[in-house]
Amino acid sequence: MDSPSKGKLRDIHRLPAAWNGLLHLIAGGFAFVCVFPFVFVVILSFTEENSLLVNGYRIFPEEWSLFAYSYIFRTGDQLLKSYGVTVFVTIVGTALTVLLTTLYAYSLSRKNFKFRGFFAFFAFFTMLFGGGLVPSYIVVAQLLELKDTVWALILPMTMSAFNILVLRTFFLTMIPDAIIESGKIDGASEFRALLSLVLPISLPGIATIALFSTLAYWNDWFNALLYIDSNKLVPLQALMMRLYNTMQFLIQNSTLLNSGQSRELIRSLPQETARMAMVVLATGPIVFAYPFFQRYFVQGLTIGSIKE
Amino acid sequence: MVFPGALWFFIFAYLPMPGIILAFKEYRLDLGGFFSGIIKSQWVGLKNFEFLFLADDAYIITRNTVLYNLVFIVLGLILSVSLAIILFQLSQKKLAKLYQTAMFMPYFLSWIIVSYFVFSFLSVDRGVLNQILSAFGAEPIMWYTDASYWPYILVFMNLWKGIGYSSVIYLAAISGIDRTYYEAAMIDGANKWQQTIKITIPLIKPMMIILTILAIGGIFRADFGLFYQVPRESGPLFPVTNVIDTYVFRSMKVVGDFGLATAAGFYQSVVGLVLVLAANWSVKKINEDQALF
Repeated sequence: MDSPSKGKLRDIHRLPAAWNGLLHLIAGGFAFVCVFPFVFVVILSFTEENSLLVNGYRIFPEEWSLFAYSYIFRTGDQLLKSYGVTVFVTIVGTALTVLLTTLYAYSLSRKNFKFRGFFAFFAFFTMLFGGGLVPSYIVVAQLLELKDTVWALILPMTMSAFNILVLRTFFLTMIPDAIIESGKIDGASEFRALLSLVLPISLPGIATIALFSTLAYWNDWFNALLYIDSNKLVPLQALMMRLYNTMQFLIQNSTLLNSGQSRELIRSLPQETARMAMVVLATGPIVFAYPFFQRYFVQGLTIGSIKE
Repeated sequence: MVFPGALWFFIFAYLPMPGIILAFKEYRLDLGGFFSGIIKSQWVGLKNFEFLFLADDAYIITRNTVLYNLVFIVLGLILSVSLAIILFQLSQKKLAKLYQTAMFMPYFLSWIIVSYFVFSFLSVDRGVLNQILSAFGAEPIMWYTDASYWPYILVFMNLWKGIGYSSVIYLAAISGIDRTYYEAAMIDGANKWQQTIKITIPLIKPMMIILTILAIGGIFRADFGLFYQVPRESGPLFPVTNVIDTYVFRSMKVVGDFGLATAAGFYQSVVGLVLVLAANWSVKKINEDQALF
């Protein structure tokens, strides 16, 4: 039996059965449309190449095959390299973002910081106005000479005024001044206060920034498009982009290229299915991880929309 | 403690700003480095802008950028609020949670991956849509060269990718509404429709207004991935897929005309600034606390 109060709580959602069914149909239908393309690409990657070429992309393929995956794992030096680049960029980039953003946002949240107003404006003005693509490109490529280095994938994305805004709001609303003041009385420096008093209770806010930044780095291809020519530094998303029209890229970067074995491999190249298999491999980690992160994203966004 | 961050902003945000004068110059790479390159390049006055505005380029890219964004904002608002209300009403919470997780997924994927999804449906010889068309005896459609369908495809894809995300935010706001409002309304005999119109919508209205005004502030910026990756850079589609961002990128990377690209970027930055200021001003009019600055 439900307690009366629980019954009441449920009441506000109660609808006539027909309406409830209709709403399920709408919401469920859209949910299906959101997930289906990914499932479809997974199916395509397991389709036998020939039956795909003959029949086109089918939801129920005539013949299944693991060949695309075994092919990629045999020739996939480039895929491994790209995975390495993406993982490195994501980890280092996120660490840098969290470090710099936390320091900056914490300073802005301290009311006794003299240049608070100036540095707040210094950061937020960049949300309003920027030099645009070309001047930024010239700075990164020619002034800093970062072209074709891994830093061109990391540094341009490190800071964002939006992240600072979210984290500063978090510090201001969640960390009582009294905690820091009491730390100060016990002789803690600002660094010490941040490290041992503020950080432990700010983990949800910092985790939000970390998640935003991880997602941005993992999905980034634009910086690679601008700054990266060398195959060694192509991140996963950019690799997918280059695979658009040709598998040559993958083949050229295979160490098997000059052996007899590879010529046979190239002849039996599973062009279409291999491409789809690459999409699955590049997307897999995100797709499996995001249901666990989702909650924090929503929290972070809700925090960000509150103001001082 | 602000120093490392401030240094970053100085290098990556403020150093490029003076580069804007390139919009009035003929930039040459060979003039010895960054600063001397900018300083020594020849002044050409407004020639870059003339080129931009006298050819139809400026009109087409501005029209595309603004119209697409307007449609995204209006449809996005209507659909994501409706979806949030629907999710809130569903009485099977477990299922609602599942839908919500599914709808959120596209937000986590890059446009590159999405473009593969689109291709599996639109590919001329193997795509699902053309297979369906031919099953009905219709002629296959050359999706990637026929511009007439792309406004709809781009709108659909943008909504597909973004609605789950924004409806989750609205859902969080709706869940924060005090339940006693609904209970009182039910005692007064209000039905679901009346409750939605009289309670839910008025209470999330401030959030709808703020998010919309902020989006209007960004109406001169387009989602580069959507317009560059999803149509696969197909030339015949440019009249309906070219936006300011892709135009700037192509002028720089493909054509190599730095002056023209900077001029277009300058135009975008300045109008963008004006729009953000105007948007903020209107937010302030409506609700002082919600203004950005």
